[in-house]
Amino acid sequence: MSGLLRICTAGSVDDGKSTLIGRLLYDSRAVYEDQVTSVEKASRNRTAGPIDFSLFTDGLKAEREQGITIDVAYRYFATSARTFILADTPGHEQYTRNMATGASTADVAVLLVDARHGVRVQSRRHARIARLLGIRHFVVAVNKMDLVDFDRGVFETISDDFTELLHGTTIHPIPLSALHGDNVITRSERTPWFDERCLLQFLETVDVDRAPADKPFRFPVQLVIRPNDGFRGYAGQIVSGTVRPGDVVTAWPSGRSAHVTRLVTWDGDLDVAHAPMSMTLTLDADVDISRGDVLAAGPAHIGRRFAAEVVWMDERPLDPSRVYLLKFGARTVTAEVDRGLFLNQIAAVTVTTAQPVVFDRYADNRSTGSFILIDPATNFTAGAGMIADPLGEAPVHVEYPSAAERLARLARAAPSDGDAVEAVRRALEEILI
Amino acid sequence: MPLDHLRALEAESLHILREVVAEFERPVMLYSIGKDSSVMLRLAQKAFFPGPIPFPLLHVDTTYKFREMIEFRDRCTAGAGVRLIVHANEEAIADGTQPFLVGTQRCCGLLKTRALLDALQAGGFDAAFGGARRDEERSRAKERIFSLRDSKGQWDPKRQRPELWNLLNGRVGPGESIRVFPLSNWTEIDVWRYIDAEHIPIVPLYFAKEREVIVRGDALLIPEQGFVPCLPGERPQRVRCRMRSLGCSPCTGAVRSTADTVPKIIEELIASRHSERQLRVIDHDQDGSMELKKREGYF
Repeated sequence: MSGLLRICTAGSVDDGKSTLIGRLLYDSRAVYEDQVTSVEKASRNRTAGPIDFSLFTDGLKAEREQGITIDVAYRYFATSARTFILADTPGHEQYTRNMATGASTADVAVLLVDARHGVRVQSRRHARIARLLGIRHFVVAVNKMDLVDFDRGVFETISDDFTELLHGTTIHPIPLSALHGDNVITRSERTPWFDERCLLQFLETVDVDRAPADKPFRFPVQLVIRPNDGFRGYAGQIVSGTVRPGDVVTAWPSGRSAHVTRLVTWDGDLDVAHAPMSMTLTLDADVDISRGDVLAAGPAHIGRRFAAEVVWMDERPLDPSRVYLLKFGARTVTAEVDRGLFLNQIAAVTVTTAQPVVFDRYADNRSTGSFILIDPATNFTAGAGMIADPLGEAPVHVEYPSAAERLARLARAAPSDGDAVEAVRRALEEILI
Repeated sequence: MPLDHLRALEAESLHILREVVAEFERPVMLYSIGKDSSVMLRLAQKAFFPGPIPFPLLHVDTTYKFREMIEFRDRCTAGAGVRLIVHANEEAIADGTQPFLVGTQRCCGLLKTRALLDALQAGGFDAAFGGARRDEERSRAKERIFSLRDSKGQWDPKRQRPELWNLLNGRVGPGESIRVFPLSNWTEIDVWRYIDAEHIPIVPLYFAKEREVIVRGDALLIPEQGFVPCLPGERPQRVRCRMRSLGCSPCTGAVRSTADTVPKIIEELIASRHSERQLRVIDHDQDGSMELKKREGYF
C-alpha cells in the first residue's frame, strides 16, 4: 500500500480542531521554526496562552481576526512511517462545502468533538458528509478531556453515540486534549484506562483498502497526442485497474474495442501500468476517440439518466428549470436535475445528461462515480454528485418541459418586465452556449 | 501494486497540466528559474511526450536576478526546445526602481506583480502555471489548484471554487483567467527528492561553495548589484554558503552550508527546521503580506 495517507478533519466550531492540527504539526516537527516565531509574535497580540496552535493552520487574515477557520487548508507532514496530506476543514455550517471538498480525496476522517458537549448537529452533519463521500475509516477524537477530568464514562458515552451514527464503518475513538497534547503523539498518563493507539500511531498504521489497481480498468482520455502522422496516442491518468500491451479495451461511448499496443512515457515504454499512473497509450485500430471518452475493460454503465446524491455548494439554489454543466472525468456535458436544493443541502436526485456518459456507482469507483455541477451563468462549482444507480430513460413529457415552456415560466416568475427580459436573455444564452 | 509517493505526486501533476492544455486557449508557464520551475519544466516534457511542450515559458525579469540564474535559464530552455518569453517592467526600471530606494513592497509590486500582469495581458494568456506549493506559506495552504483571477489578475479568497476529487473546473468568464499550481501537493523535500531521482539540472547557486558575501546578522548577502551598500564596519567576506530559495539578489540571502550535492541538500533540509521562505525579505514585511500580494495579483 502507498506510503501516502490523505486525512480530513471535521468538527463543530470551537471543538479545537485547528488546535489539534497545530499540535500534530508542532509535535511532529512539521511546523518550521520561523513559523513558530511568527505565531508566537501574533499570539502575544491576542489573549490565548503562550502558543496559539490554531494560528499554524488559519491562513487568512479574516480567519485570524475572527478566530475561526473559513476555508479548507492543506497541510503536509511526514513521519518515518508515512507521508500525510491533511485537509483541515471548517466547522461553520456555511462552509460545509469545504468539508465535502476535504473529504472527497480523504482515506480517513478525524471527527473532533468537545467532551463537554458530545454529539451535536454539526457532528452528525460532518459524519454524514464524510461517509457519503466514501470515507470508511473514522477517528472520533473526543477533545478537551482535561475539562471533564479525563472521565472515562463521558468518553464512552460519546464513543457509543458515534458508533451508532457511523455503523458499517471502522471507528477508532480516542480521548484527548489537543491543547495539552494528551494522546496526540504519545499515550497520555492521564488516561490509564485507554489502551488503544494514540492519534499519530493510529494514522501511521491504519490500513486503508484503496486498491484501485485491483478494480476494472478505467482510463478517461484527457488529450489526443499527435506530434506527427505516425503517432496517435491517448493521454490520461488511470483511475482504476491495470493495463498491459495486448489487452483489449473498449472506447466509450462509441463501444468499439481495440488492442493496446504501447504504454508510452517520457521515461520509456512500460510493460504494465496501473492506477493512479499518468501515461499515454496507443491502440492497434483506428478508433475515433477524443477527449472525454473513457477506455475501459469490464462492464460499465452507459446512459443519460442516473440517481445520485448531490451536495449543493452555491448560494444560488439549484433550479430544476435550468441547465447545468456536468463535469465528469474529462468530459463536460449539459445536464438537468429533477429537484431544487439550497446551499449545504444534500439530497438524492435524478440527473439527466444531454449526451450519454459512461460511469460506475460511486461505491464501486470514487473516480468514475463522481461529478461536479457548474452553473453556466457564474461558472461556480455549484454541486458535487455521487452516482448511486443507473436509471432507464424517462418519458420526455413528464420530466422535461420544452425550451419554450421553460422560457415562458421564467418570464412569468420574474418580478418585473425588465427582470423577465434579463432572465430570458440569460436562459437563451445558456441554451445556446 | 502501490505507487511510491513521489510517483503519485508526479501522476497528479501530469493530470493537471493536461487538463489545462485541453480546456484553455492560451496557457503559459511561469518560469522563475528556481528549483520548482526546473521540476515543472520536466513535468511539462513528460505530460505531452512524445509531442513538444504546447505552451511558451514566461520569465518575469526584475533585472536584479543573479547572473548565474540568467545563464542557466537560457541554457535550459534552449535544451528543452521550448519558447521563452522574457518580460521586464522597463519603464519602472528606467525610473530607478530598486528595493533600497522605494522599499521591497513597492519594488515587488512594480517589478514582479505589475510586470507579470502586463506580460499576461500582452500575451492574451488565459491560464498561467506557477510553481507555488501549499506547504510554503499559510495563505498558500488555502490556494486551489485552479486559482480563479478576475480581469485584474486578483485573487479573492472568499470567492474560491470548491475543488473536489480530481475534477478541475476550467470555466472562466470574459477577462477572467486562472493561475494553475501543478505542484500544490508537493513539499520542499518532495521537490528535492524528485530532482535527485530524475537528475534534473538546477542553478549552481543552490550548491554550497565559498562565495564573497556581506554578513549582516543572520543574513548572508551576495553583493551582485552595485547598489547593495556595505554598512559601516561591513566588508565582503568569503563564506561557504548556498541559496535555499532563488529570488532577486538584493533581497535573497544565502545560508551557511557545506551541502554541495542534491543528497547532501536533502540531508541538510531534514536536519534543519527553518522554512525556505524565511530568507525572502518580502514575505515578512507585515503579517499576512503574502495574502495581500496574492490579492493584488502576485502568485
